[in-house]
Amino acid sequence: MYSFEPNEEQKMLIEAVGKYAANDLRPAGREAEEGGSLPPKLIDKGWELGVLQASIPEAYGGFGDRSAVTGALAGEELAFGNLAGALAVGVPSLFALPILLGGAEEQKQEYLPKIVEGNWTPYTAALIEFAFDFDPLALKTTATLAGGEYVLSGEKAYVPFAKEAQAMIVYAALDGVTQGFIVPKAAPGLTVADEAEKMLGLNALPTYRVKLDGVKVPKANRIGGDSGLDFERILASMRVANAAAAVGVARAAFDYARDYAKEREAFGVKIAQKQAVAFMLAEMRTEIEASRLLTWEAAWKLDTGKDDANVDAYLASTGAADMAMMVTDRAVQILGGHGYIREHPVEMWMREGRGFAMWTGFAMV
Amino acid sequence: MTIEFEAPKPIAQTQFVLKTVAEEMMRSKSRYFDDHEHEIPWDYIEFMHTAMKAMGAGSLAPKERDNGHDGGQKEKRPPIAYQSLAAQIEMLAWGDVGFYLVTPGGGLGAAAVQAAGTPEQKAKFLARFMGEKPTLGAMCMTEAGAGSDTSSIRTRAVLDEKTNEWILNGEKIFVTAGDKAFNEYEKLGKGFLVVWASIDPAAGRAGMRSFVVEGGTPGVKVTKLEEKLGIRASDTAAISLVDARVPFDHILGSPTVEKTTKGFKGAMATFDATRPLVAASGLGVARAALEFLKEKLAENGVEIRYGLPRQKLTNIEREVIDCEIMLKSAWLMVLKAVWMADNKQPNALESSMSKVKAGDVGTKITQKAVEILGPLGYSREFLLEKWFRDAKITDIYEGTGQINRLVVARQILGYSGAELR
Repeated sequence: MYSFEPNEEQKMLIEAVGKYAANDLRPAGREAEEGGSLPPKLIDKGWELGVLQASIPEAYGGFGDRSAVTGALAGEELAFGNLAGALAVGVPSLFALPILLGGAEEQKQEYLPKIVEGNWTPYTAALIEFAFDFDPLALKTTATLAGGEYVLSGEKAYVPFAKEAQAMIVYAALDGVTQGFIVPKAAPGLTVADEAEKMLGLNALPTYRVKLDGVKVPKANRIGGDSGLDFERILASMRVANAAAAVGVARAAFDYARDYAKEREAFGVKIAQKQAVAFMLAEMRTEIEASRLLTWEAAWKLDTGKDDANVDAYLASTGAADMAMMVTDRAVQILGGHGYIREHPVEMWMREGRGFAMWTGFAMV
Repeated sequence: MTIEFEAPKPIAQTQFVLKTVAEEMMRSKSRYFDDHEHEIPWDYIEFMHTAMKAMGAGSLAPKERDNGHDGGQKEKRPPIAYQSLAAQIEMLAWGDVGFYLVTPGGGLGAAAVQAAGTPEQKAKFLARFMGEKPTLGAMCMTEAGAGSDTSSIRTRAVLDEKTNEWILNGEKIFVTAGDKAFNEYEKLGKGFLVVWASIDPAAGRAGMRSFVVEGGTPGVKVTKLEEKLGIRASDTAAISLVDARVPFDHILGSPTVEKTTKGFKGAMATFDATRPLVAASGLGVARAALEFLKEKLAENGVEIRYGLPRQKLTNIEREVIDCEIMLKSAWLMVLKAVWMADNKQPNALESSMSKVKAGDVGTKITQKAVEILGPLGYSREFLLEKWFRDAKITDIYEGTGQINRLVVARQILGYSGAELR
């Protein structure tokens, strides 16, 4: 059947997450952006909502089953509050979900409980590389099997919370195929840059360059063991998360611009009463809806194991990245000069809007 | 309830059958009827009538029975009438949108009766679509001076109290299938027009009502068949009404003029139901064009590499991917709007958004496909150039892209027509 209504559990989750997004994340957003970090208490509070915990079965310390649809719904709500905060809360998913989805039984038993049963702890993942033609399916970081161990070499960029991470999944090309490897903290040959990276946007999310200089990990650290990992499926899940977050940010920008347009007067009427502005808003709202539905469908296909889920996830994230840029740009345009100054949040959303084209690997649902 | 995207079984089955119809009955004749404007595709009309009767459908208008209201006799099925209609229309339009518009079953005329009529009126007027011969219905809304501005309609309806008949006077244009719904043809059963008129011009929108005008009614004449950019297999008629008399109970819904816009809202409610269906037809054409584009590219060794970062994509790949994003998301928007209609949720916003999107998408995809294929796209050897012409109507009829943007804008801003003109 077709159906477009979240179930009761999802509605409760959306409500709880929505409250946290509005009451906690949103108010802290600007200061975090300017200061370049998020208050740990804020992240802890988000973690306690249990979005990831609800995706991990009881056998591994969680209290539910993973649903990409539920993850997308929660991701949109969180990003509506503040993107950096949303991504920070979800960072442990970057480590836990690939293990849940593609890990060997021993890996699930070893890692999942200690991630989900405790407080928020930075377990992370390193996917992106610093190159204009970065392609997650053709990585420059390599893994080679030598003497019963995997040897990892290369350089990763934009690794969230790498500095404090207890462990990270490093994605590397093994015989040309992207695979994931668990690299513990302080592994010899692993260097994390001292300073967080500086970006166009998302300044509150600490991300780091990571160097792998012949890092050796045991065979048991390859995700999925000897049979490995269906990375394209993991990538699809990351893309759905990216798309959901883009919808959340775009919705935030749209709401703000709409309310502003209904307040602001020019030539004796509210600017929202001008078709030039009203039509922009109508198109923004329409495109947000388009992206949201594409994201939901891709997530549903992941959950139901459809073959074309990967393609749909790619379409959803590509579309959402363009949509987010368009919507956030227009939000700035509608506020005019006020959109350009940092007193209002729309300039921040516009900087974030540009990022979705490269953020695959920052989130997972 | 939960979020799901699996086509219900009956919908999937119908789509399977209609795909064959689209290929065998429509595509093979598309070029001929495009070249021979105003000839009537009788084979298609008769085939569809027989097929739909065999399926027990009879009319493309959704029936109460399909909507989960079968008096508790059987187990309640989830309502999918509008959803399956949208899927059928999308598939028929994939075959040929011009042919689809002459599918017997009442079209917008029947939809108006369905949306605004009393149970007696529905029983009386909709039964004919299940008759021996194929029968069409049509909606007469637009006037030369009133396109999307339906409130400025000049056609008048005056009650003759002596005979208890309505007397209609006015000129209607752009009536889809108006000729086949009104004029007598040996191979067609008697159809009807639903004519929008004012019973009290001073009351503005509150005075607007719709009337069923039977085929062949004296005083009513098809005065012109338009020659069009596309959808040439479908007639677009101009119709004049001069002292045309219709029985009192042919006024749909309430005959009294209350000082409310209820009657007018009846018209708009019709559009809430039909806009996503029109959107679906535009998406059918767009899908045809996109599939053709990909097929031709593949024949020429161009494969679309999904999953590549955009920096590595060729321009053609990027444009095809953009088209797919547009088409898929627009289709989901149509589905959501009709799903809401089936579940009796107010869908004015979703309905108009789906039409805004589909109008854009149908236009852009067909234009882009012609551009990318260059000489192949522009050639009349293929149907692509025809789909380019056919698709454009989706952004125009049932409310232009602009009027639908206005509807969306009013909804999201909470503005009345006076606040946002």
